[in-house]
Formats: sequence, C-alpha cells, structure tokens
Amino acid sequence: MRSVRALAATAALSLLAFSTIAFAGAPKQGGILRMYHRDSPGNASIHEGATYSLNVPFMPVFNNLVIYKQDEAQNRMDNIIPDLAESWAWVNDNKTLTFKLRQGVKWHDGKPFTSADVKCTFEMLMGKSQQKFRQNPRKTWYEQVNDISTNGDFEVSFNLKRPQPSLLALLASGYTPVYPCHVSPGDMRTHPIGTGPFKFVEFKANESIKLTRNTDYWRKGRPYLDGIEFTIIPNRSTAILAFVAGKFDMTFPTEVSIPLLKDVKSQAPNAVCVVEPNNVATNIIVNSSAPPFDNIDIRRAMALALDRKAFISIMFEGQGDVGGTLLPPPNGLWGMPKEMLETIPGYGPDVKANREEAKKLMQKAGYGPDKHLAVKVSTRNIPIYRDPAVILIDQLKSIYIDGELDVVETANWFPKVARKDYMIGLNLTGNAVDDPDQSFYENYSCGSERNYTNYCNKEIEKLFDVQSQETDIAKRKKLVWDIDKKLQEDVARPIIFHARTGTCWQPYVKGVTVMSNSSYNGYRYEDVWMDK
Amino acid sequence: MFAYLVRRLFLMLVTLFGISVVIFFLLRIVPGNIVDILFAAAGYVDPADKANLEKELGIDRPLIVQYWHWISGFLRGDFGYSYVSEKPALQEILPRIPITARLAGLALLFSASIGIPLGVISAVKQGTRLDYALRVVSLSGLSLPSFWLGLLILTASVAMFGQMPIFNPNPATWLEAFATYAVPAAAVGFRSAALTMRITRSSMLEVLRQDYIRTARAKGASEVAVNYHHALKNAILPVITVIGIEAAFLIGGLIVTETVFNIPGVARFLVEAIRWRDYPIVQNLVMFIAVVVVFANFTVDMLYAVFDPRIRYTD
Repeated sequence: MRSVRALAATAALSLLAFSTIAFAGAPKQGGILRMYHRDSPGNASIHEGATYSLNVPFMPVFNNLVIYKQDEAQNRMDNIIPDLAESWAWVNDNKTLTFKLRQGVKWHDGKPFTSADVKCTFEMLMGKSQQKFRQNPRKTWYEQVNDISTNGDFEVSFNLKRPQPSLLALLASGYTPVYPCHVSPGDMRTHPIGTGPFKFVEFKANESIKLTRNTDYWRKGRPYLDGIEFTIIPNRSTAILAFVAGKFDMTFPTEVSIPLLKDVKSQAPNAVCVVEPNNVATNIIVNSSAPPFDNIDIRRAMALALDRKAFISIMFEGQGDVGGTLLPPPNGLWGMPKEMLETIPGYGPDVKANREEAKKLMQKAGYGPDKHLAVKVSTRNIPIYRDPAVILIDQLKSIYIDGELDVVETANWFPKVARKDYMIGLNLTGNAVDDPDQSFYENYSCGSERNYTNYCNKEIEKLFDVQSQETDIAKRKKLVWDIDKKLQEDVARPIIFHARTGTCWQPYVKGVTVMSNSSYNGYRYEDVWMDK
Repeated sequence: MFAYLVRRLFLMLVTLFGISVVIFFLLRIVPGNIVDILFAAAGYVDPADKANLEKELGIDRPLIVQYWHWISGFLRGDFGYSYVSEKPALQEILPRIPITARLAGLALLFSASIGIPLGVISAVKQGTRLDYALRVVSLSGLSLPSFWLGLLILTASVAMFGQMPIFNPNPATWLEAFATYAVPAAAVGFRSAALTMRITRSSMLEVLRQDYIRTARAKGASEVAVNYHHALKNAILPVITVIGIEAAFLIGGLIVTETVFNIPGVARFLVEAIRWRDYPIVQNLVMFIAVVVVFANFTVDMLYAVFDPRIRYTD
C-alpha cells in the first residue's frame, strides 16, 4: 500500500513539474519588441542594400522561397526549410531547381502571391526585367542561372547553365526575399510590401522603424509578437545605457563589442547575452599592381609578420578566430582545419620564427635595419577598421616596414580602392552565406566588382568552378580547403582574424537565436515571444 | 529709421544670397556624392547603374544649372526631394524643426535665467567665497564639452535611478515631458549659461563702479533696486549681444546633444544628411538656419535701441 502511495505521489509530482515547465515554456502572444537600431538604413529595400542594418528591421516583412531554420544557430544545407516554397527538387542532372509554391499566401496589401512574383523578383536581380533596381549588389549570385520558368501559378524553376548546389544556400539567405511584382522598386525602398509575419508601418529616417503583426500570416499562430519597434540610436554608449535602463528589450544584433559586453553584464546582470562569430573577416588588401607590393617577397614578408592572436587578444579579449578565407570550424562549415591552417606561412604558432623569415625576405628585397620601407596603411574612418589598422602598423615595424595611418571617409573609401589609390588597406569582408561560392566568386574571381585587389589566377578560377559543381560535400570541402590554402599562400588578401560579437536581451524575451556563421540570415522573429 | 531698415533688409538679402552660393559650392567641393556613398555601402560599382542614378538625381548636370534649379525652387517654396528617403525635403525637415526649436529655446532660457542672476550675484559679491565658487562653476561650464556632460548625466541617471532621460515622442507624464527636453537643454545650455554669467559679471563690475550707482545708493535706493534696476539695465547690452551670438552657436552644441540624448531634431538630421551628401536636405536646412541667424542678429540690433535709449537708428 505504501509503495502505491509513493508511486502516486511521485506521479503527481512529476505531472506537476511537467505542467509547470510546460506552462512556463509555452509561448505567449502579444507585446511589442523594442530594439535599438545602430544606424538609419538608406532605404527599406533589402535587395538594394549590402548591410545587415537593412536585414534586421526588414527581414520580418518578407518570406524567401526557402530559409535557414531560425531556431538553429548554424546555417547548414541540411537545415534549410521551406518558406514560400512547400518543397523543392533538383532535376535535369542538377541543372534545374524546381519549387512547388505555397498556395493561399497573400501580400500585405491583400493581393495573392504567385509564381509570377518569384519570376519577376529573380529576373530583376539578374538584370533581365524592364523594372530595374537602383542598385543591385548581388547580381553575381545568379550568374549561373540561365532563366526562370513557371508552370502555372504555383511552380517555378531555376534553369542553370551548370549544376550549382549552393544556389539553395543563396536563396535561403536573409538577402533573398521574394518581392511583389505589382509594387515598383521605388515603392519598395520607401514602403516595403511582403508576405512575412510583420507588416511595415513606418520608417522615419534617423528616428524609428515600426512593424506590426500580420494577422493574416500564412503560418497560423505566428508571429507571437504584436509588433517590433526599432529606435535608431547611432551613439553606442547611449544605446547600451538605454538597454541597461530597460528602455529596450534587446540590443541590436551582434552590435555589443566584447569590452562593452562586460559593462552590460555588470550593470544588467540578468540580461541574457551570447557571443558568436559574425562571419566578418578583417583582412589586408594589397595593391599588387604597383611597387613595392608587386614584389611577392614583400607581400609574403608582410603575411609572415602578422601575429593574429595579438589582434584577437587586444581587440576581443581573446574571443575571435584565426582562419583563412572561410570561417573556421566549429562554427564555420568550410574553414580549413587547424592542422592544415598552421602549415600556411604566417599561421604557424612561432611568431618570432615567422618574423625572422619575413626579415630575410625583406632583406632580399633590399630593406633592412638601415633602410625601412615606408608605406601608407589606408582604412575607413570607423573604429572597427581603424583599430586593427593601428595594430597592423605596429606589427609591421618588426620587419622594417614603417606604416603611416591614412584614414579615409566612408564616401571616399570605395572610390579610392577602386582606382587603386592605396598601397595596403585594412578592410572588412562580411559573408552573407557561409558558402565558398559566395566568398570565392565575390572576392577572388577575375573581374569581380568586389575583388578589390584585382587578384586573378586562372588556375584557381577553374578550381572555383570545380568545387561549385561538386555535390559530394566531403569532396567539395577538400577542394575548398586546397583553394583557400592557395589563396593565403598567394597573399591574395591576407585574412587577419574572424570577429566575434555579442547580442543581449532581457530575460523575459524568448525564442531568440543568434546565428553563428552569418550575421545576415536570422531576423525573421516570428518565433520570438515575451514572457511578461 | 525707415531707410535704415530698408538698407538692413537689402544687406540681409545679399548675405543670404552669398550664403546660398557658399553652401552650394562647398557641398560640391567635399569629395564624394550620394551615389558614391550608396555604392560604397554596397561595396561595388556598376558604372552604368551609377550613371543612371546620377542622371536620375540630376547631379550629372552642370553646377550652375543645379544651383539655379535649387535656388529657383527654394524661392518658389519647392524644396525638392531627399536623395535618401525619397520623400519631399520639406516633409522631412518640418517635423524636426519644433523639436530643435523647443530644445534651443529652453537652452537659451536656461542660459539666461541661470547665467544673468548668477553673474549679478557674482559681481555684487566680488571677492567673496560665493564669487569664487560661482567662477569655478562658470569655468567648468566653459570647459566641459556638452557631449561629455550629456553622457555623464545619462550614466548617472542609469546608475542612480535605473532610468535615463532619452527622447520620448509621446511622454505619458509631465515628468517625462520635462525630462525629454529639460535635461538635454540643461546639458547644452550649461556652457552658454557659464558664458552669460561671466559676461554679466564683468559688465556689472564695470557699471557698479559708475558715479550714478553711487548716486543711487546715496539717494537711499535699496540694493535690489540698485543692482537690478540701475546697474543691470545698463550692463545688459553686451549680455544680449552674447546671447544673440550664442543662439547661432547653439546649433553646434545641439548636434552632439541631440546625438547623445537621441533627439530627432534638425541638428542631428543635418549631420546625417551631410554624411549622406543629401544635397536638398543640407542646402535647404542650412539656408533655413542662415535665415534664422540673420533675422536673430537683426532682432538683436533692434533690441539695442529698446534697452539703451542712447541708441537711435537714424537715416
């Protein structure tokens, strides 16, 4: 009898505990999520921008064909899920990607979503339609797409020139929403219409962005929030103080630097903060078309002089990653393993030995203790650019290179780089998708607009195509590592480090996932809710 | 008097024309335009896209044509469209003006209501501990940059009260409404109050040594009447001049204060517009500020005659 009572009591307690957990964990409907925004985006059209300042507030307005699962931190091929597409299939020897589309979806203005919207969005991105974007920074993503065809209102196919498995990854990015055909690109810049969980309400430049719940959202029961309000606060100190004072439920994603994170934790100990890599690589652009950096020995010496751990230690209190072009594991999918990385000149752990080797190369080029090489290190006049540039100048001193900082206003930075009016530059490269195609073709391909250094190696170019078509992930990874190693050895664009940054939210905010290998793809916010 | 007024008005028009030319050409001298910035932000340049955009915005036309297009529009009340938001420039500028005007007005009020009485007290109590203390306060006001003072206020508010007075467009209580403007106005007006105080003090000291003050005292006038009726009235002229000049300089202080306190006024908006090389916004806004400053100077000149009967504007 006693054992029966004990069993019943245990069962009752378990039930109580379970129901308590379930009750506490059940998402609640309602509330406005208040977040600060780091700056005022130029417009509201994601397709016309190249900054996540646009993705964060406007990604919730849209849907993609497919999307990275929003509650998993790592973007991978196997966690791409249907969005406006219900399913997809590779056919025709992997040269056609066909999507079956969701039916009954409506744009925020009430018009029905059909395959025509998908066709016209991507034709506009490919530059093949009558209507044009004012700017189209990701046109190169669709270079392998021959055309887009529709089969009725709810089927659409991407017909490729050759297989490109990574197309699906590009389509899952926060940078790839589907736009309505019936709204002009101009109107999308000022009043975006989407099919997403939140409707656009207003965007007051330098002031605020407001979104409200889409009550007619196709995913029933979502979103949980009644709306999202972004207050634009460019001054980081004011923004962090306002978060600490409880004026905001969440900081702007990945905008809390490691030193600031300590302040937040000390002043708001209950705040939930996560630190993740943001897949932004700090690198050196070298003008190899003019002396002295047309000399490969000097370029190699410079690469050998880098003490990457010192950069990470000074700037991020040790929280950063050393890697090649692609974000290193475990967060990155395609980065070289540590053992392989350390075989590349300049990546070995013995900095002193590396620098001795660098000095020999400098002496071979005619420089030494009595004859230093004077260079200008150009960079944008923004702390995240300027600070590492100062450390770089200090490190270059050890190999007879005297650097002088040349800070350039943002408006003049890209024109200066484009006309090759620099010797070396300190640059940041963000990757929207953790995929080699995006990184290789954009930054290292001959003739690419964003290949700032004009690095062009036809052999490597062929390898880009080989890896791009490879469907076996293990084989592709091996190819990618070899390419990345070669790029570092060629000193095409020496990677210094991959940054990590923080995001904080108040303890009552639930369902937030910060992506760990891209800072462009995780802002749909339809699963976010507030426990208050 | 009438001829003087006409001459002053004509000079004002010439000044405003000169300012319009300077604003327009200075903006074009600054390297980079909106198209450069848009493409820099996107990290690429497509020459065809760039040329299309320059044509669309009209910045590919000769400068003189662009100037005429702007100034003729300005005179007709057509202020053009913001390059960034693509909304009418007036629609962008107008809602922000009352915010900055309130802030500037409060800052000036703070400056005058604190600076003048403290300046008088400091002069009257010359050489006392109170005078030294007030001089230290005024020196600190002149030395503290307003952005630093603003950040100090915000940090202290959060540390001491767990609250911070940043801009709230829809304040729920009078206290919130007060905090919205009064705290930043005090931060920006502190420097101005310090300057006003110092000028009032030195001007008062000079006047207090005059014979007529001694006569007033000999007549048996009270200290309050002597200080505020006889002395201050005669010492106020340089103070008015300084407040007039400060009103023009205030815009500089407001830029940082609006940034620190996140107030969506015209001063911060102007800086953002300059950063984006948003010509229609910058040109029209600077012209608006120029008109305000020119008229403020004119008003100050007119006020001289009101406060000092010796001054008469004759033909």
